[in-house]
Amino acid sequence: MPNKTFFWFFLPTGLAMILFIGLPIISTGIQSFYAQHDQIVKEVKKCDPFGCTVSIVVDNEETSKIREAKPLGKFNGFGTYTDRNHLAVDEIRKFWNETDSFGAFIDQVTNLPFYKALIFTLTYCLFVTPNVLLLGFVIALSLNAVARKIRGPLIFGTILPMIVTPLVGSLVLFWMIDSQGIIGANIQNLMNDPYLSLKSSKTLTWITIIIYGIWHHSPFAFVVFYAALQTVPQEPVEAAIIDGASRFQRIKHIVLPHIYPVVTFVALISLMDNFRVFEPIIGFSAEGSAQSLSWLIYDNLVNEEVILFGSAAATSIMTIVGIAILLAPVLIRTWKEFRIAR
Amino acid sequence: MRKILVTLLFLFFGTSAFADCNIKSGSINILANDFPALRTFVETSKQCKGNADFKVTHSSEHNKIAVPALTANPSEFSARIAANSSIVPLMNQDLIRPLDDLVKKYGKGIQDSQLITIDGKVMAVAFMANTQHLYYREDILKDMGIAVPKTYEEVVAASEKIRASGKMQHPYAAAYKAGWNLAEEFVNMFIGHGGEFFKSGSAEPNINNAKGVATLNMLKKLSELSNPDYLTHDSEAIKVEWESGNVALMTLWASRSGTLLDDEGDPNITKATKLAGPATVGGGNIPAATLWWDGFTLAKNRSDADADATFRALAHAASNKKMVADAADQAVWLVEGFVPGPKSIGVIEAVKMKAKPYPMLPQMGLMHGALGSEIVEFLQGKESAEQALKDVEAAYISKAKEQGFL
Repeated sequence: MPNKTFFWFFLPTGLAMILFIGLPIISTGIQSFYAQHDQIVKEVKKCDPFGCTVSIVVDNEETSKIREAKPLGKFNGFGTYTDRNHLAVDEIRKFWNETDSFGAFIDQVTNLPFYKALIFTLTYCLFVTPNVLLLGFVIALSLNAVARKIRGPLIFGTILPMIVTPLVGSLVLFWMIDSQGIIGANIQNLMNDPYLSLKSSKTLTWITIIIYGIWHHSPFAFVVFYAALQTVPQEPVEAAIIDGASRFQRIKHIVLPHIYPVVTFVALISLMDNFRVFEPIIGFSAEGSAQSLSWLIYDNLVNEEVILFGSAAATSIMTIVGIAILLAPVLIRTWKEFRIAR
Repeated sequence: MRKILVTLLFLFFGTSAFADCNIKSGSINILANDFPALRTFVETSKQCKGNADFKVTHSSEHNKIAVPALTANPSEFSARIAANSSIVPLMNQDLIRPLDDLVKKYGKGIQDSQLITIDGKVMAVAFMANTQHLYYREDILKDMGIAVPKTYEEVVAASEKIRASGKMQHPYAAAYKAGWNLAEEFVNMFIGHGGEFFKSGSAEPNINNAKGVATLNMLKKLSELSNPDYLTHDSEAIKVEWESGNVALMTLWASRSGTLLDDEGDPNITKATKLAGPATVGGGNIPAATLWWDGFTLAKNRSDADADATFRALAHAASNKKMVADAADQAVWLVEGFVPGPKSIGVIEAVKMKAKPYPMLPQMGLMHGALGSEIVEFLQGKESAEQALKDVEAAYISKAKEQGFL
């Protein structure tokens, strides 16, 4: 496509992206450097049906004056990024000096909200992404091998987990693993422990969410792989068969190299999606045991009666940076291949 | 449920009995939490809408909508039904208007005790009171020869006895869902121990002390007697547990008593469900519970005409003797003419025992939020009480700094 045609072709999308993705990200970035003005409070008498007390309220007259002068708030630089609820620079330095062993240090660090969330998010990515790729590929291969007649219904059945809304899917599983649900109660019987709860144990909650993640995301990998498999040329495969290559060898030396760009693509998308894991945490009411970076943003924005815009913005920016770091190796590799291909 | 329906139907068809409040114009749009008493209240105010536009949003997610919706100018809602805690963010952001003039003009039937005044200005009109208190199964306690517990120590002893007898695995229930609910249980228990959340006159946290540790230890003991999934159970979930007969002792909101004692569900359980005042803890004499009011506030960013219409409609309900008589078992109404019935025992006892109201402080929401996520690991046995409290304070301090309170 000539560059000029491409430009006009891309323009509407580009504009929409700048408007709906680019600008909000910039605005979020700016917001993350600001904190609220110092609250001016005053002591007043408060009376309610249960009696009167003297306590404090925010002095709105004074506050609104400051707010009008500087609507963005107080410039805080990287203050929000480095505070305890985010990167916790001071705390980590303190733990490093105070703890004797590395294990104790790690214990202390993983107790900080941001790192707690980061660890869960990374664990989730680490387990879900490869398994999704593997499972998706295996399913695609198997379906590619079954008779054409039953392929249609089978494909439909396989992509069901993706069609089901994430929240609904996780809620269904949530009720099944309830201590009185079909899975929860059976595990209790099996283990002979009436106090066993999939929902209250941190490890079990993590496992549940990871399994759910694999179940939910595999169909996407499957669909893409299945489409790619249709483009594998038959000649080399037949030649390999004549040469006596086993099925495994054919997949390893012919099919995989052929669909390799697609694998990279699915890995990229999958990593991005998994790094933003959120719905299952809400669906499983797993806030107590598993927090992800996206959940932290949500928590800052809605879970408290006071909305913490600065905190939420800082976490958002760090999530974007995190995704960029995760994707960097794959992107660099794709870029290099692209250059060679040219 | 049928009772509620009957009441509602009665209210609908009884409309003609009320004089129209003669509201000529304006538009009324109300944001409220979702439970039966509030629905009754809003329905009652609707009877008086006259020619005004009337819309209402009942949502249990009301807290998440309120501030953004009222910040807009003109704001989405003309009125917000708020409580002790949810009025604070509205006050902090200056989103609600003083009601003095309106009360003078249209608030004839409203009692002085219903007015929430802050710095001499009426900011809300309360119409019902709420608290969390004990529910017990009379049949089970009688069988086992256990007296109705008055303290949480007795609740623990009674629950242990019931568990030992093999009657129930998890005899105690309370809304311990991580987040707001769990934090609320901490607030109750901490106040029961005589704790103060902040150093006097400042926003410095003050929970990492002996009282905080005692609070956490009691919460842990109770959680061990609850369904192992307690960290995912909110008020609705424990209500279901109760109605399936899995629980003999429970701490739950007074406003939920109506749904527990209605005709739905196993009649034997309903018959044996009894209410008691809130329990005390650690030898204290004030109950480990907080008193709440629900009342209406009016949005600032809305025209005076809308505020006028909205106030008149809501004031009609907030002074409605017929409503409180018809819906006497839905809530403890603060409205004149309310005769407390058996379902009001919890709140009445709490007031008698001098329970404290939920602290109406500008920075309390941040503390509540920090509690809800940071004490979970202690309950799971993953860290010590001291560490958990230290975490709460640290999390709170960071947030309070960002918000400019420290």
